[in-house]
Amino acid sequence: MKYGLAFIAVIVGSLLTIAMMVHWERPPMASTQLGPRGVGMVWTQNPRTKAILKSKNIAPESDPPAQLSGIKVKDSPDYQNVKVLGDIDVEEFNRLMGAITNWIAPDEGCTYCHNPENMADDGLYTKVVARRMLQMTRQINTMWTPHVQQTGVTCYTCHRGNPVPANIWFKNDGPPHAEGMSASRQGEGLASKSVGMTSLPYDPFTTLLAKGAQIRVDGTTALPTDRPGASIHDTEVTYGLMIHMSEALGVNCTFCHNSRQFASWSESRPQRVPAWHGLRMVTDLNETFMASLQGTFPKNRLGPSGDVAKVNCATCHQGVNKPLYGVSMAKDYPELRIANP
Amino acid sequence: MAMLSFEKKYRVRGGTLIGGDLFDFWMGPFYVGFFGVLTIFFAAFGTAMIVYAASQGPTWNIFQINIAPPDLKYGLGMAPLKEGGFWQVITVSAIGAFVSWALREVEICRKLGIGYHVPIAFSFAIGAYVTLVVIRPILLGAWGHGFPYGIISHLDWVSNVGYQYLHFHYNPAHMIAVSLFFTTTMALGLHGALVLSATNPQKGEPVKTAEHENSFFRDTIGYSIGTLGIHRLGLFLALGAVFFSAVCIVISGPLWTKGWPEWWNWWLDLPIWS
Repeated sequence: MKYGLAFIAVIVGSLLTIAMMVHWERPPMASTQLGPRGVGMVWTQNPRTKAILKSKNIAPESDPPAQLSGIKVKDSPDYQNVKVLGDIDVEEFNRLMGAITNWIAPDEGCTYCHNPENMADDGLYTKVVARRMLQMTRQINTMWTPHVQQTGVTCYTCHRGNPVPANIWFKNDGPPHAEGMSASRQGEGLASKSVGMTSLPYDPFTTLLAKGAQIRVDGTTALPTDRPGASIHDTEVTYGLMIHMSEALGVNCTFCHNSRQFASWSESRPQRVPAWHGLRMVTDLNETFMASLQGTFPKNRLGPSGDVAKVNCATCHQGVNKPLYGVSMAKDYPELRIANP
Repeated sequence: MAMLSFEKKYRVRGGTLIGGDLFDFWMGPFYVGFFGVLTIFFAAFGTAMIVYAASQGPTWNIFQINIAPPDLKYGLGMAPLKEGGFWQVITVSAIGAFVSWALREVEICRKLGIGYHVPIAFSFAIGAYVTLVVIRPILLGAWGHGFPYGIISHLDWVSNVGYQYLHFHYNPAHMIAVSLFFTTTMALGLHGALVLSATNPQKGEPVKTAEHENSFFRDTIGYSIGTLGIHRLGLFLALGAVFFSAVCIVISGPLWTKGWPEWWNWWLDLPIWS
């Protein structure tokens, strides 16, 4: 009996150790210095997993430029019910439609959005969504240059050949739990992918990506004052969002911050500026565009609490600090860079 | 200088590792030895280098003096003095001084005919330091991965390196190290309280002995580790804490580049429940 238990313990221990060991990485690693020497702001990456990531984030070749016909879509009788792209050339329009099919519904084809009997028909909800998404793309490329700079985005930045982008979020109330006087989970305490497998609050988006949300949890004085600071819960929600940003961009906290004082802009890296605009951009896209499609999406496209799919940092970045490693597909599709009226 | 009554017993010749009788003498109450000389040399030279490097910096504020390692671009090569070279020279001096001191302890142990517990324990501290400024930088390929020498600056480094892995509390070795550090202080607290209570009885009572101490812990927690055992436990906990803190930093980077929380996916992905 005595040895039997020890035997079982050794077997189980060995199995667990093996399961754990296969998980580790190994040197050599590639490190990038992110701050002054000795500050500990360093980005260490595994060149082998980085190569895999790189192969998953390759921008497809752009189609050859359209041979302009000189006829605008809105002037052509062949194109009806074109509400957003009316001002572009017919050839540009056709080229863009082909590209969108490849970017979003390569398997489903044109009929994913269009009624083949009548291409102008708005009967399919996907067509209505696509129209709104075109406006969103233009909004990003023209109004949010503080975030996307001159690189811009196309449908492919998020969709990558999927009708529904792989990285979206819904309001998350967590799994069902007892009510009444039983302990509340406070929206945290589960290993959650949305916050990098930490037990931090698993839906930091609903609060911190809401309109007017501001992150103000860092103390501004070295010692506590009489003024009450942020609650532990608020700081953890913030930490959750920050880990989401890090994971979405494949970077660590020191890519933007000097952790000596997270709030200090003068000690932060310049990368924190586009990141700050990015949070505002995501809020705008969710509030202005995604929320407007609440009634358009069928039930099966909505989240568990009936809300529309929303974007966060991972939607575009997909593990890379510059989506698609900074390749600008938008420059080959100037019709996506026209301001919405 | 007057000698303590029992000092004669261990002021004996021999036991040196190097140099034979050459440095086998005492200066006042202090044993010298070859490694004592070496320690003095490295400590004096290293301290002079620290002061000189500090004089080239912007401040004499003791908290803000910062002698930083080189930029990563120098890799494992030498850097100019004012761009991390000072840090390299000071690191070599520090390791020289620490190791010499440990070997001087070995010589003293040999003279006394006791075990090597003290130098072994000290070598764990040296090992942690060497892990931070030599082993991990070599594994990552640049001296720039070492920590800076400065009261505040090394704390900033610790903070940032922790945040390189998103949430350092999920580092498994860090968990073990922290647990052992806390357990060390708890054991020391229990032990200190016990000794002070036993040796300071209320007025009129005689000083208590180990039997009383054993009875107290047998009564309260059902077990007393004993007078010798508590010191063995203390040594084990303290060395374990230092060992695992060295492990927790050496695996951060060389063996793991992602956030530490994700490391636990191996557990979540076990085929039992995933």
